[in-house]
Amino acid sequence: MKGRSIAIIAIIIIAVISIATWYSLNPAGTTQETPQKEISLNGAGATFPFPLIDKWISEYNKIYPNIKINYQPIGSGGGQRAHIEKTVHFAASDAPLSDEQLKNATNTLHIPITIGAVVPVYNIPNIPKGLNFTGEVLAKIFLGEIKKWNDPAILALNPGISLPDADITVVHRADSSGTTYVWTNYLSAISREWKERVGMGVAVNWPVGLGAKGNDGVAALVQQTPYSIGYVEFTYAMKTGLCYGKVKNAAGEFIEPSIDSIMKAVEYAAITLPKGYESWSKVSIVNSIVNNTQAKGAYPITSFSYIIVYRELNVLPGMDRVTAKALVDFLWWCIHEGQNYSAGLYYVPLPSNVVKLNEETIKMITFNGQIIKT
Amino acid sequence: MFYELYLGSWLSINKFGLGFIIGSVWDPVKGIFGALPLILGTLFTSAIAILISFPISLGIALALSEYMPKQLSNLFFFFVELLAAIPSVIYGLWGIYVLIPFLREVIYPFIQSNFGFIPLFSGPIYGGGFLTTSILLAIMLIPIMSTIMREIFILVPSALKEAAISLGATKWEVISVMISYARLGIIGAIMLGLGRAIGEAMAVSMVIGNKFQLFPSSLFDAWYTMAAILANEFIEAINPLHISALINVGLLLLVINLIVSIIAKIIVRYHLRIIGGIMRE
Repeated sequence: MKGRSIAIIAIIIIAVISIATWYSLNPAGTTQETPQKEISLNGAGATFPFPLIDKWISEYNKIYPNIKINYQPIGSGGGQRAHIEKTVHFAASDAPLSDEQLKNATNTLHIPITIGAVVPVYNIPNIPKGLNFTGEVLAKIFLGEIKKWNDPAILALNPGISLPDADITVVHRADSSGTTYVWTNYLSAISREWKERVGMGVAVNWPVGLGAKGNDGVAALVQQTPYSIGYVEFTYAMKTGLCYGKVKNAAGEFIEPSIDSIMKAVEYAAITLPKGYESWSKVSIVNSIVNNTQAKGAYPITSFSYIIVYRELNVLPGMDRVTAKALVDFLWWCIHEGQNYSAGLYYVPLPSNVVKLNEETIKMITFNGQIIKT
Repeated sequence: MFYELYLGSWLSINKFGLGFIIGSVWDPVKGIFGALPLILGTLFTSAIAILISFPISLGIALALSEYMPKQLSNLFFFFVELLAAIPSVIYGLWGIYVLIPFLREVIYPFIQSNFGFIPLFSGPIYGGGFLTTSILLAIMLIPIMSTIMREIFILVPSALKEAAISLGATKWEVISVMISYARLGIIGAIMLGLGRAIGEAMAVSMVIGNKFQLFPSSLFDAWYTMAAILANEFIEAINPLHISALINVGLLLLVINLIVSIIAKIIVRYHLRIIGGIMRE
C-alpha cells in the first residue's frame, strides 16, 4: 500500500518535471521559427478612421505577432502636433497639414488611407429617407433662412411629398471636427453667402441650431428631436439607421450617399492629386468636383483621411532600420489588403488610382537615405 | 498651474486682453474670441441648479438624520451615496434618453400652456437647453450636498436639541435651531456643490444644446458653459489662437472657482466672528 502511493507520487513528479522541461525548451509552441525581436510602432491622431485602424492593427498583429502597433485616437489636431513634435511614428489626420505647418515638418508625406463622406440626416415623423437636397437649400437651412419644412424651396425639390408646416431644428457638431470641416467646405463652395458669413473650419460660428458632441451625439440628438436636420459621417448614417437625404451634384443628379457614389467622387478628384511629397494643403475633393459637370454618379460631400509620415525616417528619435521597415510594410499592407476590411465597417475603400499614387509615395520613404520598399 | 494656463493662453490674452471677457463672438474661422456668453451661461445654470437642489438636499438630509428610523436611514443613505459615485457621463446619457424626452413631452408643454404669457416660458422647446441643464445639474448635486448636510446634522450636539425641546420648542423650532447651528456646514455644502456645478463639463455639454449666445430667448432655449466648450472644442482644435483662447477659458474657469471659494471663506469667517461674539457674551 505504502509502496504504491510512493510510486504514484514519483510518477506524477516525473510527469510534471518532464512537461515543464518540454515547455521551457519550446516556449509557446514556436518550435521552428527563430525568435523575433518585438517591434512596436506608435501612432496617434484622428478619431474618424480609428475603428478601421484598430481593425487593421489587430488583423496585422495576427499575421506578424512580433509587431505591436499602438494607435491613440486623440484627434486630428493632436495627431498633427504629435507629427510635428516627432513623438509618434505615424499620425492620422482628416485634414492635410497647412503650408505653415509644413515649414515645421519638412519632408512630410501624405498618404490617403480611407475616405469619408458627410451625409445630411433628418427626423421628420412619417417622412421616409431619400429627401432631395441641393447645396443651396442646405446652406439656407443652416443659415436659418429656410425655417420651415414646407418651404417652397424644399417642396420644389421633392414633388409629391407632403412636408409638414413645422419649424426646422438644426443640429450641428459642438466639438471641433473633420466632419464639420468637410460639411462647411461644401457649403462654402456652393453658397457665396455661407462663405462670407460663416466660412469653413473644424469649428465655426453657427448662425442657428443646437450643438451636439461627436457624430454619435448628433445622431442621438436628431433621433430624439422631431423635425430636426443634422449632418454625420456616412458610417454613422448607415449604423444608426437615421433617414438620410440625397444631394444634387454638379451633373444635376440627386445622388444617394453609398460606397459606390463616394468612390466615384474620389476617382474624379484623384486625377488632380499632388504627389505624396508635395503640399496637400489645397486638396479638397469637395472643391474639385463641386463644379465638375462631368462627375456623373459622384456624391459631392466627400473627403480623404490621411496618414502622415516623414519621408526620411531617421529624423524620428530612437528610429532604427528594423522599425522603419516594419512601419513601411504596415503602411503598404494598409493600402492593399487593409482596404478589404473597409466595406464591412462602412468605410469607403480607395480607388485604384489612389492606391497607385500611395504606392509611389510609400516607395519614397527612406532610412539614412536608403529606400526601404523596392 | 496658474502659470501654465497663463503661458498657454498668452496668445489670446495678448490679442484680446480684457476684451476676451466682455466679447460675445466666438468665431474660430475668423479668429475672434469672446467668452462673456460662456461666463454668463456657467453662472446662471449653476446658480439655478443650486436654487433647485438646495431645498431638496436640506429636506433629504433632515429626513435622514432626524425623522427616519436608524436602519431605514442607513439604507437610504447607502443609496444616496451610491448616486454620488455615478460618473457624470452616465448622468449625461440619462439626461439625453430619459430626462429630455420626459421634459419635452410632459413638463415643458404643461408649463408653456399655463405660463406661456411670461417671456421666460415662451419660445420653441427643444428638450435640451438652459433649464434642462440646471435640472440635471441639480440632480447630480443632490446626493453630494445631502450627504454632507446629513453628516453636519448628526454632529449637532444632542444637548442643544434637548435644551430646545425642554424649553417647549416644537419640532419645527428644534430644526430651525439645528439649521442655524449648522449653517456654516450648510454654506460649505452649497459652495462645494457650486464648485462642482461650475466645473461640470461632460453632462452639461450633452444636454445644454451648445449654442453660443449672450442670453437664451427663454428658459427652454439652448446655451453654453465654459467647461462644456472646453470639453467640446479642445480635442480637435488645430489653430494656435483657437487653442490659446480655449486655455484662456480654462484660466477664467479657475479664477471663477477661486472667487467662489474666497467668497465662501469670507462668509465662513464672518459667521465665525458672530458666533465668537455670542460665545463671549
